[in-house]
Amino acid sequence: MFEYAPAPESRDVVDLKSSYGLFINGEFVDGSGPSFKTVNPATEETLAEVATASSDDVDRAVQAARKAFGVWSALPGAERAKYLFRIARLIQERARELAVLESLDNGKPIRESRDVDVPLVAAHFFYYAGWADKLRYAGFGTKPLGVAGQVIPWNFPLLMLAWKIAPALACGNTVVLKPAETTPLTALLFAEICRQADLPPGVVNIVTGAGETGAAVVAHPDVNKVAFTGSTEVGRVIARSVAGTGKKLTLELGGKAANIVFDDAALDQAVEGIVNGIFFNQGHVCCAGSRLLVQESIQEELLAALKRRLDTLRLGDPLDKNTDIGAINSAEQLAKIRRLSDLGESEGAERWSPACELPGRGFWFPPTLFTGVAQSHSIAREEIFGPVLSVLTFRTPAEAVEKANNTPYGLSAGVWTEKGSRILWMADKLRAGVVWANTFNKFDPTSPFGGYKESGYGREGGLAGLEAYLDV
Amino acid sequence: MTTSLADVASSDAALRAFLQGLPGVDRVGADQRAAMLGTRSIKTTAKAQAIDLAISMVDLTTLEGADTAGKVRAMCAKAVRPGGDAPSVAAVCVYPDLVPVAVEALKGTGIKVASVATAFPSGRTSLEVKVSDTALAVAAGADEIDMVIDRGAFLSGRYMKVYEEIVAVKAACGAAHLKVILETGELSTYDNVRRASWLAMLAGADFIKTSTGKVAPAATPPVTMIMLAAVRDFRDATGRQIGVKPAGGIRTTKDAIKNLVLVNETAGDDWLTPDWFRLGASSLLNDLLMQRQKLATGRYAGPDYFTLD
Repeated sequence: MFEYAPAPESRDVVDLKSSYGLFINGEFVDGSGPSFKTVNPATEETLAEVATASSDDVDRAVQAARKAFGVWSALPGAERAKYLFRIARLIQERARELAVLESLDNGKPIRESRDVDVPLVAAHFFYYAGWADKLRYAGFGTKPLGVAGQVIPWNFPLLMLAWKIAPALACGNTVVLKPAETTPLTALLFAEICRQADLPPGVVNIVTGAGETGAAVVAHPDVNKVAFTGSTEVGRVIARSVAGTGKKLTLELGGKAANIVFDDAALDQAVEGIVNGIFFNQGHVCCAGSRLLVQESIQEELLAALKRRLDTLRLGDPLDKNTDIGAINSAEQLAKIRRLSDLGESEGAERWSPACELPGRGFWFPPTLFTGVAQSHSIAREEIFGPVLSVLTFRTPAEAVEKANNTPYGLSAGVWTEKGSRILWMADKLRAGVVWANTFNKFDPTSPFGGYKESGYGREGGLAGLEAYLDV
Repeated sequence: MTTSLADVASSDAALRAFLQGLPGVDRVGADQRAAMLGTRSIKTTAKAQAIDLAISMVDLTTLEGADTAGKVRAMCAKAVRPGGDAPSVAAVCVYPDLVPVAVEALKGTGIKVASVATAFPSGRTSLEVKVSDTALAVAAGADEIDMVIDRGAFLSGRYMKVYEEIVAVKAACGAAHLKVILETGELSTYDNVRRASWLAMLAGADFIKTSTGKVAPAATPPVTMIMLAAVRDFRDATGRQIGVKPAGGIRTTKDAIKNLVLVNETAGDDWLTPDWFRLGASSLLNDLLMQRQKLATGRYAGPDYFTLD
């Protein structure tokens, strides 16, 4: 037997402070709310204390952003681009530090934070830096909106920050960003990078805290644009709070994506795509391919291959370079995954997990398959946001489309077939913001991302991503 | 597999239908998967174990027109005792006329003698010549025959011709093991690699091997991975286990370890022995020895501290 010895990435590259304040007007300041702890979900060890921003703190941040807006929006696009390029390069220089801190705070495997998250973060800043002096050619005008209030989730803390901040700054807006309360640390490291890049004070402000802080950011009367990524539930609250205020709003919410495998698909690669679709980032992905739709004729073969593949997944220490599946981000999320999985079983679906040992401490959930799932089961309808895959079957392409679209969500979908014409036909019929063909969960700064129906509205990334930050 | 495997080679049409009906390989996805497996980090005890395993899987090879008996004897000596307390390699691989030299030099060591036959490396001659080439090598004492397939016939869709040649050579092998070289660099598509793998296995190959080492690209990680998936699927379908031998272009310890990771995570650890997995290489061994010593002592020695043969 060939066992990989543990190959942990060193924690020493991260200079972890015992407590962190808020980042307002280019300075780290204390928050006036009670501080809270952020933990390493893989060990439950407390990483640091983080300040809570009260509504007064949020107000100070918005005022700082408002003041900075005058300076920042008046800069020629090429000047703003210089700052953004500088930030992008600093992110590359400090990539290892960012990746380790992201894995510590979030629980995701270092392989993903190192090879996916951080490179994409840099790529987004590079991409939007390139647009800053070319806004005239984008077709949405060149007038920035003002202060953007941004609230981001815990699944891709740094990447979501990049998706929000890079286009906002490129267009000449200033921002007040609230990271998720379980994963605030990389945003605060990013604040340090902003200082290192000599970004004018107030252009980027970061306020930490829980839902109330986020609500204060969203509700602040001097915020001109609200951007939110997170649950559909919170998205609804935000939409209500923003309604009628004239604030511009984009929402990236939940999903229950269908990953559709036809009988002529390249099977080995489809199996990889299914694994990447649902077990990437422990399934903490809004566009995760959580509903596998398999053509009935290959169901048996595909499931056998999938189970064999799941047996090779390595779950454990997120800092180990060989880990495929890390920790669930929080006790609360773990409880939700457990509840929904148990519900799946009680509703009659068959549950399967590979024999894999879970660490004694921390929040862990094994990769899980449900077979015999029907559209009416809760596990086929509700977003689980964990490493849980529901397997359904179909017989014809039309049935696949019907089932795939039969969901309140519409963020993403995947199609696996060797037939190009079928890919185009499916892409046309699927009500989803992104349709991947023979791949899944691939992101690129040049391609827009966003949803239909309860998955939200507006687009981030690409040329379309500029629209949300310009007065069109 | 829905087709009965016994009937697959009953006609040209049946064979073609079967091979064309195998699941496709998506190049982008296969490349990505192989690249991901290349990032596995093998360190400390795992690395020490991997290096020794890799050494024991090497088919130490010399296939040059300039080969002499003296060169082969020297290589055999190294095969037995590569250096320090490192294990012996699995086999030496030579041209047929040098088989007697190798057999003599390796007598009693348990190291196998492999020989490339069948008009290596191009394979462009008649079946009769290929069969007698094989028979000569076997008669001279070769334990393993590395044959090349007729890529021209394969690429023009004459699968049955390739099949029948392998069957004939396998018959000429007698007790010797047959390794079928697909020369994947000339097959050009991953779909072809999978089809050729199945074709060789159906025809009776004991091993499938990527390359002659005379054509680039040779044993790339995705190609080796696809062949490993093929032997895995073939065993599921037939119960028969076939070995895999990547050859050509594997020069560093890193390359070798990446290959072991591919085996481990694609076919599984049933294949992680010299009986079922080999590395065809001429210059890999010294790098393995150098890394082995580095692990043991913490220091790198210069190339002159490792023997040349």
